[in-house]
Amino acid sequence: MSVVSIARLRRVACAVGVLVLFASGQAFAQASAASPPAGQPQTDPQQIREELNRLRAEFEAIRESYGARLSALEAKLGGGQTTGTAAAPTPGAPPAPGAPPTADVPAGAAGAGGPQSPLPVYGSTSASSKIFNPDIAVIGNFLTATGRNTVEPLPGFELREAEVSLQAVVDPYARADFFLAATPGGLEVEEGYVTFSSLPGGLLAKVGQMKEQFGKVNTLHAHTLPWADTPLVMRNLLGGEEGLSDAGMSVSKLVLNPWFFLEATGEVYRGSSGVFEASKPGHVSWLGRIRGYRDLTEGTNLDIGASVTRGYNELGSDFTTRLIGVDATFRYRPLRRAIYRRFVGRSELMWSRREQEDGTVPAFGMYVSGEYQFARRWFGGIRYDRSERAFDASLVDKGPSFVLTFWPSEFSQIRGQVRRTRYAEGVTANEALFQFLFSIGAHGAHVF
Amino acid sequence: MRRFIIALVAVVAILTAAKAFAAIKVITTTEDLAALVTEIGGNKVTVESLAKGYQDPHFVEAKPSFIIKLHSADLLVVVGRELEIAWLPPLITQSRNAAIQPGSGGYLDASQTARILDIPTGLITRAMGDVHPSGNPHYWLDPNNGRLMAKAIQNKLSNMSRADAAYFAQRYDDFDKRLAEAEKRWTAAMAPYKGLKVVTYHRSWPNFADAFGLDVIGYVEPKPGIPPSPAHTLDLQQEMKAKNVKILLVEPYFDLKTPNAIGRDTGAKVLVMPPSVGGVKEATNYIQLFDYDINLLVSTIKQTGTK
Repeated sequence: MSVVSIARLRRVACAVGVLVLFASGQAFAQASAASPPAGQPQTDPQQIREELNRLRAEFEAIRESYGARLSALEAKLGGGQTTGTAAAPTPGAPPAPGAPPTADVPAGAAGAGGPQSPLPVYGSTSASSKIFNPDIAVIGNFLTATGRNTVEPLPGFELREAEVSLQAVVDPYARADFFLAATPGGLEVEEGYVTFSSLPGGLLAKVGQMKEQFGKVNTLHAHTLPWADTPLVMRNLLGGEEGLSDAGMSVSKLVLNPWFFLEATGEVYRGSSGVFEASKPGHVSWLGRIRGYRDLTEGTNLDIGASVTRGYNELGSDFTTRLIGVDATFRYRPLRRAIYRRFVGRSELMWSRREQEDGTVPAFGMYVSGEYQFARRWFGGIRYDRSERAFDASLVDKGPSFVLTFWPSEFSQIRGQVRRTRYAEGVTANEALFQFLFSIGAHGAHVF
Repeated sequence: MRRFIIALVAVVAILTAAKAFAAIKVITTTEDLAALVTEIGGNKVTVESLAKGYQDPHFVEAKPSFIIKLHSADLLVVVGRELEIAWLPPLITQSRNAAIQPGSGGYLDASQTARILDIPTGLITRAMGDVHPSGNPHYWLDPNNGRLMAKAIQNKLSNMSRADAAYFAQRYDDFDKRLAEAEKRWTAAMAPYKGLKVVTYHRSWPNFADAFGLDVIGYVEPKPGIPPSPAHTLDLQQEMKAKNVKILLVEPYFDLKTPNAIGRDTGAKVLVMPPSVGGVKEATNYIQLFDYDINLLVSTIKQTGTK
């Protein structure tokens, strides 16, 4: 179509638009002119009905006459681009007030006080670039502590951690997960890794900074633990509350068999994760884990694992630390009442073999815990800790904890914990901890 | 030597043929989807559902045993609309199966062609409870959506096994016919109660209500996914009395304490109605699910003597 004919079309469309405006305006004027009798209270209903019928007939007549004129105009346009009719959003045509509601609202007219129709949720075209944004969530972990603890004093109020998670699929072969943790100690990359999920041979590979697959608690983020604190064995044998977390690579394989789920994992890390302190680039730490899982019934299952890791400790090239862990988890969750009842019983045993100048220190630590959901939003738990210290096995810390958790929703938890710790120094600490966990955004589901 | 070659060729031919005739292994997230896959796939597929019909499909545990099932699957069919968001994504990642990753050929989101209700517009926040930003995921409870889902499954299976396309098409036609007959039956049974006001526990029934002319006036949950609160229950009871609501639908996986209390106060009948195939043992396929639900509903309405 030539430029001239487009211009002509536009002119005609303008004329049609004005016509429609005029038509509806006139109809409205007539209606309002005829309305006064309706406003007189003494007029009887019969009269009003007649008046209405007359008006309707008049309006129909006007509509028909303009309809005929419109068709004539359409015919004049030559049938080429006429399917859109006068109400189509021809550029330049004002939005006719009498136009059918199906007509699109010109983008520029939206803010002009005219159309009030709801906007589509997916927004403007520029919003499509946001589709590829990763899922973003922030989880606050706020802790208050009361009681007396001279060995490990906790601040009265503390935002222990603000964890930002960014998760998305990278391409058809991989996905990426980042967890940035802002703690009172500063901002750090808690985890940041890529997962290759499309490898042949039943392999799953992860590369990046991540929590090492040693046992259970070590692999979990603080906000997914059923306690406000972490078991003593983490601090004593795994190098602190953060546990084993390092830069490296992980490959795990499903060992298919007809009886149960079996997964074997092999990992290699730089060797600097608190317990390990590589002095040379070649001093990597190795980790191996095997995990078996079986459904006992549809509502109960058993999850058992064994892990081993070895690396160089901070004393230098001649000194290594070996860790061996065994973990077992029993879960009960009846399917018909899955949102009201569950029980998780878990225990982890860990052995440390640390080489020092005065010989190898064998240390042992463990915890055993149970958590029971007794109402839709209430969980009660208990834990017993006992752990020797990696440097000196004669120093033993131990004690019980009692936990009560309330879940206002899936996105927040309020937790109270009472713990009594008997430290090797001969000090007994009685403490009450209150934890508030709150999450915003699209946090991805957690691994079982 | 020649005999050996012939034997080898025969073995290879048999193995290839066996592979060609091997059934498509389908895993679905819910039993409703499994039932529809069976309708279309017949004996050309094997199908298994991860969640059970009597389980709340929002809260399924991501058990490692599911990873094994997904690992060897040729096709994964999901309800979509974020129904499975809390448990399915890590299972898919850990399945080590490239074929069933979202966007791959072996992944089917059954909601793509269905008619979805309750798509929120405007501002969405979690203050509204557990909202589903892409619409209500309980869409399979409209028989016509069942038809659309079956069609999507037929297309997918035909793409995966072109040789069986005619078989799947024939099975779809058969299902479509049986469903159309059943729909007539259901519509006739529900016709006298058009516009009947009901209350449901969770927002599971908008498509069902829409298809069979029920009017859901309220929910036991104050907001989706939020457990009942005393204040909301009181309001609901008042509203039910004012509007003379005599039917309260509860999904089998919710606690009956609050619904029963509401029933006692308002005189409404509490009806445990399965929203999924397998929710009760009588509902073993898609058409039976509606047969069961509608029979139950109609007989209860008769008991209450409403209309």
